[in-house]
Amino acid sequence: MSQLPTENNMNSRMILVCCGTGCQASGSLDVLASLRSLLASDTGTAVQASTKSTGCNGLCEKGPLVKILPDDITYCQVTVEDVPDIVKSLQDGTLVQRLLYRDPVTKQHYRSHHETGFYKKQHKLALRNIGEIDPADIRDYLDRRGYQALRKALAMSPAQVIDEVLASGLRGRGGGGFPTGRKWKSCAVVDHAPRYVICNGDEGDPGAFMDRSIMEGDPHTVLEGMIICAHAIGASAGFIYVRDEYDLAVVNLNQAIRDARAAGYLGNHIQGSGLDFDIEVVRGGGAFVCGEETALIASIEGNPGEPRDKYVFPTAKGLWGQPTVINNVETWANVPVIIDRGAAEFAAIGTAGSKGTKVFSLVGKVVNTGLVEVPMGTTLREIIFDIGGGIPKGRRFKAVQTGGPSGGCIPANLLDLAVDFDSLTAAGSMMGSGGLIVMDDRTCMVEVARYYVNFLAGESCGKCTPCREGISLMLEILTRITEGHGTIADLDLLENLSATVQAASLCALGRTAPNPVLSTLKYFRDEYLAHIIDHRCPAGVCKELTEFYIDADLCTGCGLCRKKCPADAVTGEKKQPHVIDAAKCIKCGECINNCRFQAVKIR
Amino acid sequence: MMNIRQALKLFLQACCARRVPDSGACPAGGESGHTYACTKGDGAEMAVDPQQAAVQHSMERIVWQYPPEQRYILAIMQDLQKEFNYLPREALSLTADHVQVPLGKVYSMATFYKAFSLTPRGRINFKACDGTACHIKGSLVIIDELHKCLGIKPGETTADGEFSLETVNCLGACAIAPVLVANHKVHAKVTATAVREIIKTYGGRVDEPVAN
Repeated sequence: MSQLPTENNMNSRMILVCCGTGCQASGSLDVLASLRSLLASDTGTAVQASTKSTGCNGLCEKGPLVKILPDDITYCQVTVEDVPDIVKSLQDGTLVQRLLYRDPVTKQHYRSHHETGFYKKQHKLALRNIGEIDPADIRDYLDRRGYQALRKALAMSPAQVIDEVLASGLRGRGGGGFPTGRKWKSCAVVDHAPRYVICNGDEGDPGAFMDRSIMEGDPHTVLEGMIICAHAIGASAGFIYVRDEYDLAVVNLNQAIRDARAAGYLGNHIQGSGLDFDIEVVRGGGAFVCGEETALIASIEGNPGEPRDKYVFPTAKGLWGQPTVINNVETWANVPVIIDRGAAEFAAIGTAGSKGTKVFSLVGKVVNTGLVEVPMGTTLREIIFDIGGGIPKGRRFKAVQTGGPSGGCIPANLLDLAVDFDSLTAAGSMMGSGGLIVMDDRTCMVEVARYYVNFLAGESCGKCTPCREGISLMLEILTRITEGHGTIADLDLLENLSATVQAASLCALGRTAPNPVLSTLKYFRDEYLAHIIDHRCPAGVCKELTEFYIDADLCTGCGLCRKKCPADAVTGEKKQPHVIDAAKCIKCGECINNCRFQAVKIR
Repeated sequence: MMNIRQALKLFLQACCARRVPDSGACPAGGESGHTYACTKGDGAEMAVDPQQAAVQHSMERIVWQYPPEQRYILAIMQDLQKEFNYLPREALSLTADHVQVPLGKVYSMATFYKAFSLTPRGRINFKACDGTACHIKGSLVIIDELHKCLGIKPGETTADGEFSLETVNCLGACAIAPVLVANHKVHAKVTATAVREIIKTYGGRVDEPVAN
């Protein structure tokens, strides 16, 4: 991206502008352009600063983020209008107070993002470079020990590399949690060349975007992990399968591959060794099921992405029938860390069964939305309340959904659960790729279950009957309940269907599809009953079962709901209690979401 | 085994070719691509229509830049989708011919993967994200509002060809949910009220709200 020459003048400052997707949507590219033009002008040249566009810093909520080095200053929600003030402050050696991060609870200002609650509890391994480097400049990666792990690995024997990965206890970050070292080992022992290495970047779980962030913000770490694996198992070619929606990831990965080739990290005789290996980017076609490894392989081969049963694992017969190692983006990003710093250091982090860190995308009804990386074993409470800053607008925490559509909802009484692969499975959910979607009392759990089942019904490839028909039937029942036509017998039927779909589906998509239904039935059965028996949606989401009204005692007549209502359903004089016309109300919830006095109620 | 496969392939190819009665009149490489034009019996004249020739040319440029291997079908179709905003039937035939698979194979992929459309999309293509984070922050309200203002449901295009609407499962911009993308421009934290403003900025007309 940034093609401007960067001077390595010791006196000069570096201004890092976050150009991750979140910040871009908030206008960071304009900020960057404006900074560059101002710095190039007469007023700017005195400042002696250069600029860099970086990947996602995680705190997308406060974007666009601008960081200044070596002063370690972080500015939040920067607009083009703020740019002259920033440049002037650099000249004067002052701070632009209004742009500093302000803690929502303590109201305290922080000079650097490193001091904030959001970052303090994090431990960055997979995300170690993101936000600090220009992803399009290989020199930035090399400056931060880039490709050192590869050099070290090339000096080791393939078996030693595999043993190191085994000893680290690294487990697949894509959802399955299979030990990475064992996967490599079982591929290496199959005597059948050529072998292939695949990076699964088909991040389909709605609500998870860590893979996107890594591929966009630090593409070389993915390449380095794959090259180390190629050395370990003797692979000749690698493929990175990326969702086509991720435009920037495709661009940055291709750029990284070209640079790595030019620098001798890809191609023939890598770094003077006997390793010949190259990588190609394959763009996906927008099918969720392609995140399943056998479906992904079918897709690379040029077929519809339908999974097959895994009597024989891809490590024995994978891409074009050859032995293949396939790992997720975040897994690859951890490999260079393990080799460079040693397995022992990595294994010292985390819990007994899950080593290292995990990146979570903390989204939904939480104050600090964004990407967080914490040691395995951190509790949900720490993640959601200490790092995430709790629930906005003083609402009540209801549940957190983990593991994407295959995961489940975890209720408030399990907030002290230490998160790792095994504890989440025991709670009826799963790690998945690491989406944490926080829900408050304005989220209807029946509707959430319906949402996931609807998603999976659309994404089921249709190959096997239990998944194709079972999920459609579950969707029909859940829709019925959310529309107010459910019966008590429907709940038993849902459980029966779930058992069949779990037992009889061909691939993990079907086998885990009932999880959202079963976990909400287990923890939030009362909400199902409210829909069925009382014909009301306690969260005020299901339109057929919701009626909003204004509590005249609490309403101050501020008029905010009247202004926000897109249907003109709210009427009332200033400073007098307002009224909602139920006939006009479209139940969009703008009034209840915006009322500062909790005066809007659900009947 | 090999022989049966090859025979089947030749048979299917022959079937494809037979659907063009006077393929000889069409320019090389575009036989099945001119099915409609040629069957009108005036193939030669239709083929020289400069606009159509330009379309044909850009299709060929996209398809032929890839090696003739099955594994490039997805990439070819993605480039075609980007260029034309949908997958024209002629382009699918051209792809099938190029990588030497039956047209049905290409069609099965075009319909399996969500990124592709077999009908033209509008000048402004709205992608309303309905990923989980957007969903619980009210994406359905946005989709409803778009439906109300434009009169189209997800998957449809307005009669004047101006706007299309589709829902997508997560664009990976969950921290700024709910998200609405108009062509490539990402609109963050969208509300029902904001939808009307967005439609207006793209030249759409928004009527005042009518209850239910």
